[in-house]
Amino acid sequence: MLKIKNLHVNIHGKEILKGISLEVKPGEVHAIMGPNGTGKSTLASVIAGREVFEITKGEILYKGKDLTQMPAEIRAREGIFLSFQYPVEIPGVSMTNFMRTAVNEHRKYKGMEPLSGAEFLELMEEKKKLVEIQSDLTNRSVNEGFSGGEKKKNEIFQMAMLDPTLAILDETDSGLDIDALRIVANGVNKLRTRNNAFIMITHYQRLLDYVVPDFVHVLFNGKIVKSGGKELALELEEKGYEWIRPEEV
Amino acid sequence: MLLTMETQIQMDGLKEKMLKFYALYRKNINANDTPEIKEIRDKAIENFAHIGFPTQKLEEWRNTNVTEVLSLDYNYYFAPVKSDSSHDVFQCNIPYFRTQLIALLNGWYAPGQKRIYTNEDGVIMGSFGEALKQFPEISGKYFSKYASIEKNGFVALNTAFAADGIYIFVPDNTEVRIPIQMINVIRHDREIFMQTRNLFVVGKNSKVIIVQCEDSYNNEAGFANSVTEFIIGENASVEHYKMQNLNNRTSLINSSFFTLQANSRLITHSITLNGGLIRNDINVLLEGQGCEVEVNGLYLVDKNQHIDNQIYIDHASPNCTSRETFKGILDDYARAVFNGHVMVRKDAQHTNAYQSNRNILLTDKSSVNTKPFLEIYADDVKCSHGATIGQLDADALFYLRSRGIGEDNARLLLMYAFAAEVVNRISIEPLRVRIDDMVKKRLRGELSVCDQCVLHCSTQEKPVFDIDISKI
Repeated sequence: MLKIKNLHVNIHGKEILKGISLEVKPGEVHAIMGPNGTGKSTLASVIAGREVFEITKGEILYKGKDLTQMPAEIRAREGIFLSFQYPVEIPGVSMTNFMRTAVNEHRKYKGMEPLSGAEFLELMEEKKKLVEIQSDLTNRSVNEGFSGGEKKKNEIFQMAMLDPTLAILDETDSGLDIDALRIVANGVNKLRTRNNAFIMITHYQRLLDYVVPDFVHVLFNGKIVKSGGKELALELEEKGYEWIRPEEV
Repeated sequence: MLLTMETQIQMDGLKEKMLKFYALYRKNINANDTPEIKEIRDKAIENFAHIGFPTQKLEEWRNTNVTEVLSLDYNYYFAPVKSDSSHDVFQCNIPYFRTQLIALLNGWYAPGQKRIYTNEDGVIMGSFGEALKQFPEISGKYFSKYASIEKNGFVALNTAFAADGIYIFVPDNTEVRIPIQMINVIRHDREIFMQTRNLFVVGKNSKVIIVQCEDSYNNEAGFANSVTEFIIGENASVEHYKMQNLNNRTSLINSSFFTLQANSRLITHSITLNGGLIRNDINVLLEGQGCEVEVNGLYLVDKNQHIDNQIYIDHASPNCTSRETFKGILDDYARAVFNGHVMVRKDAQHTNAYQSNRNILLTDKSSVNTKPFLEIYADDVKCSHGATIGQLDADALFYLRSRGIGEDNARLLLMYAFAAEVVNRISIEPLRVRIDDMVKKRLRGELSVCDQCVLHCSTQEKPVFDIDISKI
């Protein structure tokens, strides 16, 4: 589904990613861990299509297509979803209209008729239930005045609404209390199928107790320095990132 | 900007022409005047002869240049201009919005309406010219009482010549059930200089909604110098909407003078969708205690358009509240000016004043000059002000796009959300929905000065984005 080969990325002339290779297949959950400032969020943003980053080398293929040539909105309609580390507040745009616009843009892209108001509300109710979101989130402006936990739950709700093929969760677990973490994790687990895939960027083992990854990668200084199964996360939790450093070449 | 010698001469030319007109036609102008009004007019023309049209040397006109638009060779009329217009132009089709319609054509009371009449609520409404004739005691009492002819050349000139416009008199203890909608349509095949004068008097404990539309139906250059005096009695409540949709060659100087007596309430909105050069000079005098006033504005301008909002709120009495919210989106080479001046007089204790002007510039060729200004002489007051000029939020734009919303729609959503703060303050739902539609169309660049005025469009527009904007 996603093939990243030797990806090098600059921002304002500074190299952040220094040759990343990663393959994600349908049905897989990948966790990317690593200390602050190693390029985890950059990788997420680059896959989602943020333009401030410059790809200097390498390629990203998604379903066989060159992702780097697609604007962010097309990537989204092709099934890529980014759960933001810091969801943006947009005063004046209601969640309902935001989601309805998004869902209908996706449908238009697939050659489907837009949802009527009633159909849309029904879909929203269904997804809200699925991810255990209280109704008061949806009648407010996008993320405006939401608490940290509400913002993250809202990301999961949007993910449920848009039903992506590849979802990237950029530190969705950080700053969450245990209840919110459980809601976020349950949402992900309910949305997992054989046909979609998840990349979870996280600092902590905690989320991985709830969403069990198939692969764990450690990103360090712009490179994946170690990959393994779910045990790797436990080992990291125990020994810290210091343990990985000696292996860096 | 320096005045070129030539335009200065032409502007002086218009000034000289108007002075000559006054001397020549004084008898006609004064025909129905009481001795007091005659005196006011003579004083006004004297002032105009002295101060003339404003130039950029004056602080209040520093960022708005009228020299060029005044140098055109306008036609001036002393009687209603013949037009091919039929009355159906004035038919109003806001879905689910019933209004009492009253219309001006090229600044004159439009034909096909009763000159002046009393409606079922007891409101006297009709032609200002007719009111001068029929009710000299009322018009004499209020005419030019608050509109200052001392400092403002445009107001002085209007006062000297004022012949027609709209007159509305709401007696005491009257709730006007159906909003009054006044439309001034400009439709003439020659360049025209118009001077409209409106007088609205609202009695004690009364309540009224007035929608004021300025539209042009032609593509000719025009200049409208309009003055409105608005007297709001004790404990009265007024909602006022000003909609401006003029062609790019039309200039409008719109001077309004609101006077609020004790415990009265006013909400006034200025929605500017199109126009060559528009200046809203809004003066609010809080004469009595315990008044509440809200002055809101939205301007969406592009090309070479120029919008200037001058708001002067005079807290002359204690315990009054004023709120100003002005927002604008500027594209292309458009220019906006905002001058908000709140004056809190020495005795106006417990004043609450808030002022905000926020702008989005879509291009680096558009510009805004904004000056929020508080002048406070009382010591127990709460006042705040703020102004911003910025661009669309890049993070928000990416967030919307990352959910599959195309860039154009994402930009529209953000611009619309920005404008919505003002639009949402419109309390009458059908009107808000209509203005919503106009704002959407305007942001999409689909609003043209066509044969349908701002509030006339009965056609169902195609959805701008696939969402129900009225619920935002």
